[in-house]
Amino acid sequence: MSLLSDLPIGGRAKVIGVAGADSVGVRLLEMGLIPGVEVHLLGTAPLGDPLEFELRGYRLSLRRSEAARVEVEVD
Amino acid sequence: METASHIAHSPAKALTVALVGNPNTGKSTVFTALAGVRQRVGNYPGVTVEKKIGRANLSGRVVDLIDLPGTYSLAPRSPDEMVTVDVLLGRQADTVRPDSVLCIVDASNLERNLYLVSQALELGLPTVVVLTMVDLAEARGIHVDAARLARQLGVPVVPIAAHRRKGLEPLRAALTKAIDSPRRSDASPFSAEFQREVNDLHVRLNVGGGNTPRFLAERLLLDTSGYIEGDLLRPEDRATREALAAARKRLADAGQPVPAVEAIARYGWAAKVLDRVVTRQTTSATTLSDRIDRVLCHKVLGVLIFIALMFVMFQSIFSWAAPAMDAIDAAKSALVEWIEGASGEPLMEDGPLRSLITSGMIEGVGSVLIFLPQILILFTFIAILEDCGYMARAAYLMDKLMAPIGLSGKSFIPLLSSFACAIPGVMAARVIENRRDRLLTILVAPLMSCSARLPVYTLLIAAFIPGTLLIGTTFGDWEIGIGLQGAAMFAMYLVGIVAAVSMTLVFRRTILKGETPPFVMELPSYKMPSLRVVVSRVVDRGWAFVRRAGTLIFAVMVLVWAATYYPRLDTEESRTLLAEQTELETKIAALAGAGREESPEYAALAERHDEIDKHLAGEQVRNSYLGRAGHWIEPVVEPLGWDWRIGCAAIASFPAREVIVGTLGVLYDLGAEEDEASDTLREKLQNATWDGTGEKVYGVPVALSIMVFFALCCQCAATLAVIKRETNSWRWPAFTFAYMTTLAYFAAMSTYQVASRALG
Ligand SMILES: Nc1nc2c(ncn2[C@@H]2O[C@H](COP(=O)(O)OP(=O)(O)OP(=O)(O)O)[C@@H](O)[C@H]2O)c(=O)[nH]1
Repeated sequence: MSLLSDLPIGGRAKVIGVAGADSVGVRLLEMGLIPGVEVHLLGTAPLGDPLEFELRGYRLSLRRSEAARVEVEVD
Repeated sequence: METASHIAHSPAKALTVALVGNPNTGKSTVFTALAGVRQRVGNYPGVTVEKKIGRANLSGRVVDLIDLPGTYSLAPRSPDEMVTVDVLLGRQADTVRPDSVLCIVDASNLERNLYLVSQALELGLPTVVVLTMVDLAEARGIHVDAARLARQLGVPVVPIAAHRRKGLEPLRAALTKAIDSPRRSDASPFSAEFQREVNDLHVRLNVGGGNTPRFLAERLLLDTSGYIEGDLLRPEDRATREALAAARKRLADAGQPVPAVEAIARYGWAAKVLDRVVTRQTTSATTLSDRIDRVLCHKVLGVLIFIALMFVMFQSIFSWAAPAMDAIDAAKSALVEWIEGASGEPLMEDGPLRSLITSGMIEGVGSVLIFLPQILILFTFIAILEDCGYMARAAYLMDKLMAPIGLSGKSFIPLLSSFACAIPGVMAARVIENRRDRLLTILVAPLMSCSARLPVYTLLIAAFIPGTLLIGTTFGDWEIGIGLQGAAMFAMYLVGIVAAVSMTLVFRRTILKGETPPFVMELPSYKMPSLRVVVSRVVDRGWAFVRRAGTLIFAVMVLVWAATYYPRLDTEESRTLLAEQTELETKIAALAGAGREESPEYAALAERHDEIDKHLAGEQVRNSYLGRAGHWIEPVVEPLGWDWRIGCAAIASFPAREVIVGTLGVLYDLGAEEDEASDTLREKLQNATWDGTGEKVYGVPVALSIMVFFALCCQCAATLAVIKRETNSWRWPAFTFAYMTTLAYFAAMSTYQVASRALG
């Protein structure tokens, strides 16, 4: 088990769960980061943060700190 | 406000349709396609949400369309987000309950869009789903079977191409049918246990005859942020809170933990609905959008392109706007000259009315229009960047820089634009959805040194800061390096930035407490910007400024006019001087009659006449209410090293800071036409002495103290008017004014005290 923020660029993983029931946690869920979803790290911003992911056919940007709330299983 | 509410209650009981959709799905395009350009824009009371209502004609029936803000979810966590839900449930006081809902859905991104649809369907209103971006989806090899989707959703699905005005007839027909159909029974994606908990909670909420909708009972169960709880439950309502906690506990034990259960249920439902609806052709994995993205978000290239873009944008607000602003100025002067009859007969005789028109009203209109070029240019850039999808990337690129001070990348462009002018900067803060983050950006934006501060800096630096080189050398007439004057100018910009950063940190810990805003953001795919969208957004912004902020700016300018025009000067001296002028005029006329306009005598007489004019103008201001206020505040501004004249000029420049140069000109009997490059004004300042003594008023410490004051003070009625418009409340402009003035005062005082000790 690892965190979405630790994924290498180009890496793919499956979501296990999102930590926290605050507004960021809920927003992550609403954007589709629910158990079983495939996520693909496409790259990072030039300053190293935030990160750009692909999931459910669209692009989502998250800060490292936000991605660190998502537990994943690396493929 | 007033405009929006009266159409909602028009006599013929118009039907109402609400539009909901994710951001960037083409909602506004559908709205405009149905309603045309006749839209009423206002604000919902007490929040910063814009209320947009239009009218559509559905085969003879008039329908009011309500455009709701783009959102990913109907799960309100703030008053702003609550408005959308309240409107949909008919709980919003000034808006009638919609008769049906139009869900705008992006066909290229169906899965995530269906999340919102699943929530909207639970409202129990007749619903029509509109599929937009079908062309983009097809281009990406995504085919959507709309008929099948409609069957599985149980509501009509209409694919359209709103940007080409195609598919509108079927949409109108579907809407007409939907409005007449009965309310839907509640559809729920949740498990039976969950629904039972909601029902129990719903009953409990309505004991004693309440009518809280079931939708809100469900939200209460799901909302862990506490917002809905605070909105629905009274503090003493312990029993319901306990029941709520118990229900959540039972659900968690059953493997359906709140809040994750909602996302799991809705996405699960979406997957079922989409079964065999979407077929993907296996096209080449990378689209054009991906390839563009690879360049624009590249470590080196991406940054260079970003910097170049920002530079062009910034430079254009500065320099492309200048000719238009000069033209507005020139037109203003020409009009005044025409009325005062500088060449030929005056249109009006001198008097209060003429002065009100020339110095009050024309000046007032001019000071509104003068901002338009910058607003229009910046918003052309922003509209293009937004519509092609780059805006989100700009925020993405800059987020790392903004996060440490508690802002997100979305604040970057509003703040950068404020270096040119805070007005478009404040208006640009609209891209920030979260109210608190938007407010924070708006509050500090006016601290950025805008172009109107330049004349003040230029005048004072040229007069008091020696032109010595700090680093570098001179080659004949050429100087290469950094001079003290340039450094002083740079320091003024730095003062603004440092103040903005510090105030952001302070506000984050006090009045706008909160975490750094999250950056959970969709990065839309790139596309060609649409001319129609860009033009309409720019016109929208410009018009909103003129109509909503313009009136206020105008009123302030008229007030300032009155404060300098009254009371009229009538002293022993002024009467003598006026008599002398009459005499001079007779002599001048006599000389002119004799054809001796070229003689030295004539020139001397004319000069004396002019001198009296300027002296009287100066006396008038010195004795006006404004001048008296200057004297009155002298003790207050003394710790800043200022005399009453500077105080007076500072007061006069509260509505618009650039006025200070002209006001100083009048106060030193030079007339109002002096500009920052004027040598005479510079000399006057250098030689000015305290009243009744030979002691010089100005020196480096005073010049610095004035500059720091102008760097930090909110001397701009237009900015305050725009803040009022954007925040929909007087509280925030009042606060901005108060905090900036206080900050400016104390910073100027410390600057003076420190500098006068260090230098003197
Ligand atoms: N290719 C294509 N573009 C569309 C379609 N519908 C709308 N657009 C374009 O999509 C862009 C965004 O449309 P808007 O109507 O501003 O989107 P919105 O949902 O109102 O966006 P927000 O204001 O952020 O909520 C515009 O450039 C439209 O011209 C469509 O069916 N196909």
